[in-house]
Amino acid sequence: MSTITNVSRRSVLKGLIGAGALVLGARYVPKALLDHSSLADRTEADLATLHPNVFLGIDTDGTVHVVASRSEMGTFIRTSLPLVVADELDADWKRVKIQQAIGGARYGDQNTDGSHSIRSFYDVMRQAGASARLMLIRAAAQQWSVSPSDCTTELHAVVHSATGRRLGYGELAKAASRLPVPKKEELQFKPKSAWRYIGKGMSSIDLADLCTGKAVYGMDAHVDGMVYASVERPPVFGGKVKSYDSQGPLQVPGVRQTIPIDPFKPPCGFQPLGGIAVIADNTWAAFQGRKKLNVVWDNGPNETYDSDAYKKELQATAHQPCKIVRAQGDVDSAFANGAVTYEGDYYVPLLAHASMEPVVALAEFKNGKVTAWAPTQNPQGAQDSIAKELGIRKEDVTCHVTLLGGGFGRKSKPDYIAEAAVLSKKVGRPVKVVWSREDDIKFDYYNAVAAMYLKAALDAKGKPTAWLQRSVFPPIPSIFDVNAVYGDPNHLQQGWTDVPYDIPNLRVENGPAHAHVRIGWLRSVANVYHAFAIQTFTDELAHRAGRDPVDYLLDLIGPPRTIDFKGVDYPNYGASFDTYPWETSRLRRVVEMVAEKSNWGRRKHGNGSGFGFAAHRSFLTYVATVVEVEVNDKGDIAIPRVDMAVDAGLVVNPEVTRAQFEGAAVFGTSVARSGEITAKNGAIQQSNFADYPVARINEVPRQTKVYIVDSDAPPAGVGEPGVPPFVPALCNAIFSASGKRIRELPLSKTNLATRS
Amino acid sequence: MIQLNVNGVDRSFDGDPQMPLLWYLRDVLGLTGSKFGCGIGLCGACTVHKNGEATRSCITPMSSAAGARITTIEAIGANGLHPVQEAWIELNVPQCGYCQSGQIMQAIAVLEKMPKPSDQQIDDGMAANICRCGTYQRIRAAIKAAAEAHK
Repeated sequence: MSTITNVSRRSVLKGLIGAGALVLGARYVPKALLDHSSLADRTEADLATLHPNVFLGIDTDGTVHVVASRSEMGTFIRTSLPLVVADELDADWKRVKIQQAIGGARYGDQNTDGSHSIRSFYDVMRQAGASARLMLIRAAAQQWSVSPSDCTTELHAVVHSATGRRLGYGELAKAASRLPVPKKEELQFKPKSAWRYIGKGMSSIDLADLCTGKAVYGMDAHVDGMVYASVERPPVFGGKVKSYDSQGPLQVPGVRQTIPIDPFKPPCGFQPLGGIAVIADNTWAAFQGRKKLNVVWDNGPNETYDSDAYKKELQATAHQPCKIVRAQGDVDSAFANGAVTYEGDYYVPLLAHASMEPVVALAEFKNGKVTAWAPTQNPQGAQDSIAKELGIRKEDVTCHVTLLGGGFGRKSKPDYIAEAAVLSKKVGRPVKVVWSREDDIKFDYYNAVAAMYLKAALDAKGKPTAWLQRSVFPPIPSIFDVNAVYGDPNHLQQGWTDVPYDIPNLRVENGPAHAHVRIGWLRSVANVYHAFAIQTFTDELAHRAGRDPVDYLLDLIGPPRTIDFKGVDYPNYGASFDTYPWETSRLRRVVEMVAEKSNWGRRKHGNGSGFGFAAHRSFLTYVATVVEVEVNDKGDIAIPRVDMAVDAGLVVNPEVTRAQFEGAAVFGTSVARSGEITAKNGAIQQSNFADYPVARINEVPRQTKVYIVDSDAPPAGVGEPGVPPFVPALCNAIFSASGKRIRELPLSKTNLATRS
Repeated sequence: MIQLNVNGVDRSFDGDPQMPLLWYLRDVLGLTGSKFGCGIGLCGACTVHKNGEATRSCITPMSSAAGARITTIEAIGANGLHPVQEAWIELNVPQCGYCQSGQIMQAIAVLEKMPKPSDQQIDDGMAANICRCGTYQRIRAAIKAAAEAHK
């Protein structure tokens, strides 16, 4: 659903664009996004008042301005979306300027998560470009007194083919701006054969800045008069300050004052955690002052949270009948009738985001209003959180979006921006709150810890006749409702309720778990643990049956079909089933493609080397992955090669897409090798890259090859879908190489050594 | 009073001699190209050159920078891109880019010592620099490309 309107340039492009410019606003409200869980803090009333969310302006000098409303964290979205506009406009990319939007309802959805920026905004970008192109053509035709249908465009100009007359876009902008905006039915889109940029791609507009230190991240934000803050937060979730030394930090040169921040009122949502802030003239002084606070805490009820005990609880729950979230046939009878059964327990711990830029925000409270500068995936969420914390109107909060030094979902939660605003109000100056790496790891919204139990009844050939799977994890909705213990459809859909196997008796269950830390979204979210469990279990069954894992999986997927989710609460990542059906033929295709490209079954293995395979659909994208691994007798692993086949529908920027999947292999390597957050006496035990290691250059795949299916299907996700199949493919490769089966992450839990 | 030279400019500092060089560069001089990533010398985002050597500025107290010649990313390519930066751009290395100042400073130092590094030497030379986006494959290729260009 979209509309294009002529908008006042003052409203959005003030100071950016001159008089006489053509300015269009294109509105798109992805209806299905209404039930996307990460928008849980948004109301229908918010969405009903949306204004245009894409802005395109053409100045009289021919400069094309596009306002980028999505956050840039390394996916190059603020290059790729404007590229779509430029293509349909037939604009010269060198004359396109991109302006980052502040947070504002007028931009529609800005929460840059869920791998849906291209999916949700592709059509509207094309419409915006096509509308402007048609207006420019009509303006030229009027000047030449010819029919618009005799005119066409060629790179930034309208031409009259018969006479060869030509007018540049800048020369036409003023006249075009006075014309009515064409109706959608009048628009003519370029045929694929005429695309200049879509499918070919372009480097990031930020590339040179990123390589010269000029790029400005949240950590680099600066305003005159600002002070620096570092906050001692409750080590146990929900804890409160009992006492502290307000004077100690003042002995540190450069420290100005200490300020208490109130604890949150449950549910925590996106409120600051509370604690004591040290305000100083520089970051270092604030860090040093904090060491002299000597805070005594009242830890509260989460003090008994212990990851070892909690793991046992989750696993016990997973062995009991749980809530049924999908069922077909009669699983119990199949198990009871003396069939051969096989079962497995799988476990994935809490994971922290650990983006290279720790969480940070700068905010200034002045005259009842707040201006913030933050590396945020969610500037409107920041407006909401700040407004709630300070009791001011959302409209009185301006949130500037800097570049993000990584996000991975952490920076869609605006707690840290609200914290800076709260402090600025108390200090009476702009305050930049710098989170140390330790803060970033200890006070994250973690990817949930999950215990999964799978059981299959098998026929004589080792093929399942019945399939049961249970998943137990503290759910993300627990941050909005302290009583939430079950997974919500948005996360159960992630590789769990959509198990694509053609098995007559199938039951999918979910068990309850209370959260004792903040749970949140991390790159591919519940897909991480669900894909690990299902794709490992499948590999185990294939080996048990003496079958090739790829052939076995293709058998389980069964004949090409569209999965029918009747009776299942399956949100399909907020997309319509008509546009984005779950098609097993597309999963089969990537499986076959990766098998062929990787020479599956034809490369040498054994003697410590092996291959693993997994396939998974997430964020509407189908991915199959083959990992080659070498395990030496000390248990060290090396990953010589990774092959990934990807069907993400239409791909706007292939080079960027390949980079995202290369990065996903590295992210997955971190998850598999070393990703583990644990709590003892309620407090997180890890603190920095020494005890929460992430993969380094000598530990990652030597070579990741990405094959993109040439597809005209609507565009799907790219940022996240590479992660879920990588982890089980790696673990299956380790089994192939060493005979050691990985059922629990990280790998360090399993002794892979054959020699001490 | 600590005297040092940063990017060709003589500076003096009379603050806490224990303050790490990183915070002096960022908070005092406003040179924000060097990044804060871990604060304990584990991630390399803060890498600068101290007397030509790749150095973790987050664990380098100002006292030990006395008399030193410090070069930051801001001075690399200020007069035309360095071959390492050219290779980085050519091969589309960065994603979020936050670690890349440090990666580039480290890569330049590696190439100074080993003009034609092997894969193993690249891994050894770059293993102290973390990229969470996972651009390592391109970093390795770009270092090789820069080495080629330098021949």
